[in-house]
Amino acid sequence: MKDNSLSNILNQYESKEQIDGQLYTLNLGPTHPATHGIFQNVLTMDGERILHAEQTVGYIHRAFEKISERRNYAQITTLTDRMNYCSAPINNLGWHMTVEKLIGVEVPKRVDYMRVILMELARIGDHLICNGVTGMDAGAITGLTYMFIERERIYDMYEQICGARMTTNMGRIGGFERDFTPKFHELIKDFLKTFPARFKEFCTLLERNRIFMDRTIGAGAISAERALSYGFTGPNLRAAGVDYDVRVAQPYSSYQDFDFIIPVGTAGDTYDRFMVRQQEIWESIKIIKQAYENLPEGPFHADVPDFYLPEKADVYQKMEALIYHFKIVMGETDVPKGEVYHAVEGGNGELGFYMVSDGGRSPYRLHFRRPCFIYYQAYPEMITGSVISDAIVTMCSMNIIAGELDA
Amino acid sequence: MTNEFVLEAITREFPDSVISSSEPYGMLTVEVKKDGIKKIIHYLKDSSLEINFLTDICGIHYPEFPEKEIGVVYHLHNMMTNFRLRLKIFMSRENIEVDSLVELYAGANWMERETYDFFGIKFKGHPDLRPILNMEDLGYHPMLKEYRLEDGTRTDKDDAMFGR
Repeated sequence: MKDNSLSNILNQYESKEQIDGQLYTLNLGPTHPATHGIFQNVLTMDGERILHAEQTVGYIHRAFEKISERRNYAQITTLTDRMNYCSAPINNLGWHMTVEKLIGVEVPKRVDYMRVILMELARIGDHLICNGVTGMDAGAITGLTYMFIERERIYDMYEQICGARMTTNMGRIGGFERDFTPKFHELIKDFLKTFPARFKEFCTLLERNRIFMDRTIGAGAISAERALSYGFTGPNLRAAGVDYDVRVAQPYSSYQDFDFIIPVGTAGDTYDRFMVRQQEIWESIKIIKQAYENLPEGPFHADVPDFYLPEKADVYQKMEALIYHFKIVMGETDVPKGEVYHAVEGGNGELGFYMVSDGGRSPYRLHFRRPCFIYYQAYPEMITGSVISDAIVTMCSMNIIAGELDA
Repeated sequence: MTNEFVLEAITREFPDSVISSSEPYGMLTVEVKKDGIKKIIHYLKDSSLEINFLTDICGIHYPEFPEKEIGVVYHLHNMMTNFRLRLKIFMSRENIEVDSLVELYAGANWMERETYDFFGIKFKGHPDLRPILNMEDLGYHPMLKEYRLEDGTRTDKDDAMFGR
């Protein structure tokens, strides 16, 4: 491992005069359009070359873990979707699965399939933005504007599920609040029909583009060994050549029923990260098609009256429903004591929920394993020695989301 | 690889360190003495068990157990066989120090900083142990249970009726 400490780098310069004459400090962020969020990089530069980088995070730290200790299980959903807001449904549904694991609920097959569809839509949306912005950071803004339109169409579908577009409160413990609406069916059919051709356009715009390839191949590379040591997962790890994907390694929500492959790269550089995400979008479409075509009939939620809010009409008319409604809203339902770890494949890697329950209305301790937080500490190592324009593209291709970084 | 197999290996190699074990929701959870934690994780990484991926480190606080007040929970993973393992250590408030894992895993750096930030656990041998998400001059560790989420002096926020 090379010694990247600032003192070691400065020792390579012959005299103080030489340092004074050549080196300067550049504050990249905290609020800078290229940082894609509120975090700071203090770069020591020799001309355009980065000699040393140091990051500061925590500018939007909102104490989600602490807040979770005072909220009941259903209320925590709204915290999770504010972490990785580019793929909020994955966070939401992952959280619900964690609670279901704790209380021992088995959801109907239809719920599993609905979850797969929504989580894959979220993954597509996440990757579209990440790759679109990577293109933009390399100078091609067209792709981003095209892909934003597609992302909006995905948001239209979210709207049909929960009314919200970005910070979705998707699903409930045990299933969904309501079934897919007729409009949703219309939208997803149209999406599956037209999206591949539109995405193909985006692929042709960048994938073999000489300028884009020159800008990204070899930039911000990290070896598989280092990536594993840092705790990388998701597309960033797969770009370095490790075929680990939670959906395959530990299938949840019926992922074992679907046929898809795990795309891997070789070099772990920006181009590979970009390409892995491109390939994953195609795989996600494949999964959505399979899940949608085989969507089982049946209930869209499990029978868990202790956690699943009853129909509003029933609350007004049936005593039983009123009691359950009250118990859920006040968080007075019994939860087993214990600890549970559940991981899902988030938009940018393994998103883990570690929860300790003491039987109370809220988790005793809740810890989010946030992939962004894990990736970002490798950033200085990945950009030291490169030029600043490479550093920008590298940061984007790692899909650093400030909300998830700081939680 | 089964829970029994791994537990047996850990117990065999470190008979004095293992305190207890359980399998909540199927995941092997071993409580060990805090002095042995680094050796155990080193062993799990380099032995044929190949549990060589550090998934997560986090802290936990149990104010009602003075001897075991502060805990650190480690999640480890063998990606090949998809075996997950949870290790826990506990310590008192007076002796809130444990070996750092940064030498073994580069990723432990920020995870330990976060744990230090929230719970005040000092990681011996950590190259740069500063708060990470909170301000450096905050002066306390907010995830400890003695700090309430809301302002304790406000009466309109008294939610004693609603659980903790």
